[in-house]
Amino acid sequence: MRNENSVYRRRRLINRSIMTLCVSAAVFGIVWLLLILFTLVWQGTTALSLEVFTERTRMSGGGLGNAIIGSLIMTVGGTVVGTIVGIAAGTWLAEYGGRSRLATVIRFINDVLLSAPSIIIGLFIYAVVVLPMGRFSGWAGIAALAVIIIPVVIRSTEDMLKLVPNTLREAASALGAHRWWVVVRVCYSGARAGIITGVLLGCARISGETAPLIFTSLNSNQWNFFNLGSEMPNLPMTLYQNMTINSFIPRQVELAWAGALILTAAILILNIIARIVSRESNKR
Amino acid sequence: MSSEQSRSDQPHHLGANRRELRLLARNGMIDRWFERGTCSFAVLVLALLGAIMLSLLISAWPALATYGADFFTQTRWSANQEVFGAWPAIYGTLVTSLIAVAIAVPVSFGIAIFLTEKCPAALRRPLGVTIELLAGIPSIIYGMWGIMVLGPFLQWLAPELFPAGTGLATAGIILAVMIIPFITAITRDVMSTVPSVTRESAYGLGCTTWEVVRSVIFPSVRGGLVGGVILGLGRALGETMAVAFVIGNNLFLHPTLTGQGTSIAALIASQFPEADGIQRSALLALGLVLFLITFVVLAIARYMLMRIERRAP
Repeated sequence: MRNENSVYRRRRLINRSIMTLCVSAAVFGIVWLLLILFTLVWQGTTALSLEVFTERTRMSGGGLGNAIIGSLIMTVGGTVVGTIVGIAAGTWLAEYGGRSRLATVIRFINDVLLSAPSIIIGLFIYAVVVLPMGRFSGWAGIAALAVIIIPVVIRSTEDMLKLVPNTLREAASALGAHRWWVVVRVCYSGARAGIITGVLLGCARISGETAPLIFTSLNSNQWNFFNLGSEMPNLPMTLYQNMTINSFIPRQVELAWAGALILTAAILILNIIARIVSRESNKR
Repeated sequence: MSSEQSRSDQPHHLGANRRELRLLARNGMIDRWFERGTCSFAVLVLALLGAIMLSLLISAWPALATYGADFFTQTRWSANQEVFGAWPAIYGTLVTSLIAVAIAVPVSFGIAIFLTEKCPAALRRPLGVTIELLAGIPSIIYGMWGIMVLGPFLQWLAPELFPAGTGLATAGIILAVMIIPFITAITRDVMSTVPSVTRESAYGLGCTTWEVVRSVIFPSVRGGLVGGVILGLGRALGETMAVAFVIGNNLFLHPTLTGQGTSIAALIASQFPEADGIQRSALLALGLVLFLITFVVLAIARYMLMRIERRAP
């Protein structure tokens, strides 16, 4: 039998209205985000064509081919450097650092660097790489992207290594394996999927970074495959320039949207692959 | 031959022969170098932070030495007159970030409550994944959308408030849309650390969903919620691309919420390519200010999240 006194009614009313607010907040948030995706797909697909991939960037017409190649080279370079440093540092934090003071401090600093503004990283690389070299270069771009991805890889490597059960380590040690052998053969193979997921997520993150590239690789409208000593064309900077200083040319704005669609699609695909990798390993 | 054999036949205290002893020594050396090597990479992270601070300080020094306290009190930034006041940029950074957090927090909490308490189980995973994927969209896309769609829309909606469609409020709204998925993901994760036994006993006492959330879940994860919000604030403070397009680049201090202004990151991004000498140094000094602000904010957030993590099983 329902108790219909006033306290109960008031509580139910409050609950209903707040839950309605929550649902409308969910709808509100998701509508905004879908609106952005809709604009992106709409504007992007109308501008997409084969020339976008094969032509280089020009003041009039042209495509985005060189920017896509440049972005690929710098993202892969940054990911490779960042993965090596990140996995090594993450290994130390998980396997050797323990609860020592040094490890605690490094963990804290790493967490802060993880969400440090990317524009600051760009200024830092500008001061230590671009100024001494005297020119903007692909190397500086790779360095900036590597600094951004390192904390991501460290964090995921450490978290994943900590999920490897200690009994496995002890079993391997009891069989006479050395510590490094235990880490390389037992821990890494147990945490492989998780570490790969972390690297892929980090790669997705740096491929969309624009702010650090303004001060490091700048941009260029030439094809530049492996001449990393000079300015490197890249997709995010091309989008930025096409939407600001070149925004009076309609074709450039169209190209920017096509580039935005390509960039977002690449990032979403990387994210989805990362998710599949981690889910497959969970199933096992 | 015979003497060598007799030496290798001498029993080691582990009963190992020479080949095994050599392997033992080599592996022991690899062990030591493996630990040292990985340790040096970990220390590199510390060095990185130090290097960032130091390099910014050194390259910002000419401007800081020339202008001193004026740098923080001047109310305009005019490069051609060599007057560099950081106030318009600091004001714009704080105002846009606070607008963003004010909009994003209620919405993200609402979505997180919906996801953890009310959402049908079949929808929970797809919605959660969608939110996480949206958190990965690069910020330049948000900026482009702001200048193409949101700016003109606000201009049409309230021409008195947004004469050009760009300004601090426009930038704040874009930032809010950008950090909503981010704060939602953290809030949801933090809320799901509350043991379901606690939750169910509250429901068993006859609490409504809202009462469970307000009196049981929120109090037990307060630090995590605050940490998540501050992390979102840290992202908004340092964001460049989502803001640079729509903030309007007004370099004079103008106490307004909807008018045009600038932020530290947007000012650096727009002026740096053409800057030289003292102007470049002043921009690097701005970068240092931004780094210090975000460092403090992020340190607070991490400290609060760390306390929650320590408590979680």
